[in-house]
Amino acid sequence: MKTEQWLEETGQARRTVGSGPAEPVLEVRDLSAAYRKNPVLADVNFSVGRGTLTCIVGPNGAGKSTLLKVMLDLHPRLTGTVSFFGTTYQKVKSRVGYVPQRGAVDWDFPADALDVVMMGLYGQIGWLRWPRRRHRELALAAMEKMGIEHLAKRQISQLSGGQQQRVFLARALVQDADLYFLDEPLAGVDAATEWAIMETLRDLKNRGKTVLVVHHDLHTVRDYFDHVLLFNRTVIAHGPTEETFTRDNLARTYGGTLRWLEAVVP
Amino acid sequence: MSYDGWILLTAALVGLSCGLVGTLLILRRMAMMADAISHTVLIGIVAAYLLTRQLSGPHMVIGAMAAGLATALLVEWFHDRGVRQEASIGVVFTTLFAIGVALIATRVGNVHLDVQHALMGEILFIPWERIELPLFGSVPEATFLLAVVSLAVLALIILFYKEWKITTFDPALAASLGFPVALMHYVLMAMTSMTAVAAFDAVGAILTLAMLITPAAAAYLWTERLSVMMALACAFGVLSAFPGYYVAYLLDTSVSGTMAFTTGVIFLVSILFSPRHGIIAKKWKNKQRQAA
Repeated sequence: MKTEQWLEETGQARRTVGSGPAEPVLEVRDLSAAYRKNPVLADVNFSVGRGTLTCIVGPNGAGKSTLLKVMLDLHPRLTGTVSFFGTTYQKVKSRVGYVPQRGAVDWDFPADALDVVMMGLYGQIGWLRWPRRRHRELALAAMEKMGIEHLAKRQISQLSGGQQQRVFLARALVQDADLYFLDEPLAGVDAATEWAIMETLRDLKNRGKTVLVVHHDLHTVRDYFDHVLLFNRTVIAHGPTEETFTRDNLARTYGGTLRWLEAVVP
Repeated sequence: MSYDGWILLTAALVGLSCGLVGTLLILRRMAMMADAISHTVLIGIVAAYLLTRQLSGPHMVIGAMAAGLATALLVEWFHDRGVRQEASIGVVFTTLFAIGVALIATRVGNVHLDVQHALMGEILFIPWERIELPLFGSVPEATFLLAVVSLAVLALIILFYKEWKITTFDPALAASLGFPVALMHYVLMAMTSMTAVAAFDAVGAILTLAMLITPAAAAYLWTERLSVMMALACAFGVLSAFPGYYVAYLLDTSVSGTMAFTTGVIFLVSILFSPRHGIIAKKWKNKQRQAA
């Protein structure tokens, strides 16, 4: 599929799925980036419509996490523009929520689960102010949604992997953003947590929020996501899952033989 | 105040300021960086002296902060060009420290500074170098400098407590929420330099590192709350001043040496007896598990 073609498709998806005006929530143009002079992203172009639940899939080292970081100005870009809600990221930071990989932080840090969830509110609390009871209650409500309110006072080092991921999700929920970036939220979590997280993401989508997820499990793509972005240093294919998640596109993304693809796309 | 009183107060202030800064350094895995800065402040002090021909507090603090920030920036600069972080720190700080040592040995040395003093400090001389303050009367200059630095560090940590917490635990989230992660890194480097230069006169470059790292490392073993960890790190630092001073008096040896050694003893006790991370607690838990 050609670039123009799937850009058109995402445009259509936007018109049908998004309830608001046809403004794309996220628009990436000619984005490229490098790690110490080794190119990791090249000529990345796509746009995401409001109210979609999109997964980014691709092989290890394809630059999926880097793509999120570059879009959020956490990693320098070489070329290109990224617009959020029709403007620059810096102007709408508070409308964008980011959930890093669970392994990106030190879980031996002296803090309890509630402390970590409250951090999602630090941006709203503002400089030179301390969290108040209102913020505590918001954080506890988000923990209740994720089914972990009973762990509020638990030290984060004592949480299981699934519980840690729920803490991260609760922290994203309290941010009350309109666009969420999640980096491998389902990696290494138990089945119950996976279900709880997907329920939460679907709920966000139904409330008109837009969710972009770096995902690794090809078996669940069709069940979980309405859009898919196949990625390997650049966008290989992007569009509604039904049309985009094909053996052909997967073969071009992963560059592998087709035998294992049969297991993924029957 | 008595001669002993001033020395104990000075040592306690070293413990206080180092405990606060040290907690953040440990949690950010920056012990090596602290090592670097506690040495490179020397070149800042020497440079400040060469420029102003005075060894006064404010000049030294400014010189040391400049040296500390230069160290941090140089380390980053090499690291960005592919040098491993630890190698970069090792190269930068030993080189800068070597320049400082060479300068002291030539021109400045016969005036006020010498290498021995720079490495080990001389807390016993502190009560003699006094300045007159409006309300407090005659106060040792080093003690006054440490008090100012301790207050500044305490204020910066209390005012920006939640910012320190989030940028230390999850810098990516902090940046995405709009907190200036890089700026806070350099503010911490400046605070480390300030603390190091203030503690320098009292305990010297090598033991400043001991006071920065050991009490905080011990505190980490006792608690799961950031605020408590900071308070404990300060308490361990302050408490080590007392036995440190009296042991040194009895053995007629270096006060800074016995003080730093005391923090080591506190750490040893912590790793043996702490309820969650302690060796004994872990052995006991293992035994229970096997019995069950």
